[in-house]
Amino acid sequence: MSTLKDGVLDLDYEKEADRICEFLRDTLRTKLKRRGLVVAVSGGIDSTCSAALAVRALGKNKVFCLRLPEQDSTKETGDRSQILVNHLGVKYETMNIAQTLDAIGCYQWRDNAIKKLFPSYNNTWKSKIVLKGGLEGKYNHFILIVQTPEGELLEKRLPLEEYLTIVAATNYKQRIRKTVEYFHADRLNYAVIGTPNRLEYDQGFFVKNGDGSADVKPIAHLYKTQVYAMARYLGVPDEVCDAVPTTDTYSLSQGQDEFYFALPYQQMDYALWAFNHEIPAEELSQYLGISENQGKMIYQDIRNKRRTTTYLHAKPYLVDAIKI
Amino acid sequence: MSVEQKIRSYILENFLFTNDESELNSEDSFLEKGVLDSTGILEVIYFLEDNFGIKVDDEEMVPENLDSVNNIVKFVAAKSQAA
Repeated sequence: MSTLKDGVLDLDYEKEADRICEFLRDTLRTKLKRRGLVVAVSGGIDSTCSAALAVRALGKNKVFCLRLPEQDSTKETGDRSQILVNHLGVKYETMNIAQTLDAIGCYQWRDNAIKKLFPSYNNTWKSKIVLKGGLEGKYNHFILIVQTPEGELLEKRLPLEEYLTIVAATNYKQRIRKTVEYFHADRLNYAVIGTPNRLEYDQGFFVKNGDGSADVKPIAHLYKTQVYAMARYLGVPDEVCDAVPTTDTYSLSQGQDEFYFALPYQQMDYALWAFNHEIPAEELSQYLGISENQGKMIYQDIRNKRRTTTYLHAKPYLVDAIKI
Repeated sequence: MSVEQKIRSYILENFLFTNDESELNSEDSFLEKGVLDSTGILEVIYFLEDNFGIKVDDEEMVPENLDSVNNIVKFVAAKSQAA
């Protein structure tokens, strides 16, 4: 029987890095038959750690990085991805995908949906959506928050149609990025790395055929706490390792916990670990210093998200199984 | 058509793609049976607001009100009475 305590997420990072790097080389050689790896680097810790592992596995000459900012990306994330590619010494390309997104209607669809709730909204305002409900025992639902040019914050619960439209429009960002990644992978005969950590992979925090699409996902088994520690072990500069995780998808600053997860990642890691090790909710609550009811709600939220996002992981279903 | 029949028909047609009444018991939990997920619940709320002239408040978005046909029938009755 496992016990929840400090240190349960500790790893021997040298051994784990060796294991992942061997896995990457072996997968390229025996399964994917590709000669290198493409990694899109956002400036966040997951893509940073994945790129650093790719370089450790193959050397800097067999890794190609992409910096793919758009209209709502912050200067800080761009700066961090630049620091990273300079640090790794890899070949890279920077492509601002804002024009592509504009041409395909991403911003227009999103803004039209926002205007249905806030008719005065225009491109001088900022916006984000925030998840509510899971920790209070309610159904998860989204709130739209906008900021006027004067700095006033306004919010409304998102009705179904507008919620789905805003999410669908912003999903274009991840899908266009993946299109660019596969262009370069095809051009170079490389494979594409997907960069979800364990929380994201388990709880379905990715876009199907967007950032969820990849040939290999080398850190999907690592909790986010472990991803930070791995990045530090690999010698990634502090400026990148110290960054607070954001989605970098909406124009108003948005933490991953307010967008998707019930708790900040440090606590969420322990919650998911405890859930996976069948630790009673009461024990999790005591460890995190939250009410017993909140502990139960977190477990319920983990179960709900797994159920809701099952289809994101699924391959297309076939009438008959086909052996290939 | 009663409120219960309207809700049952809506769930059967839109989420189960059938008109076979035996596919859904009125006390079945939508989440436990895998009939609806949280996005499906938002669709149900939209249906209720559109068809029964009620407004579902944030604090009312709980399984006790919305996780089965029976729960919804009770909830709609209480909301209609309060209006």
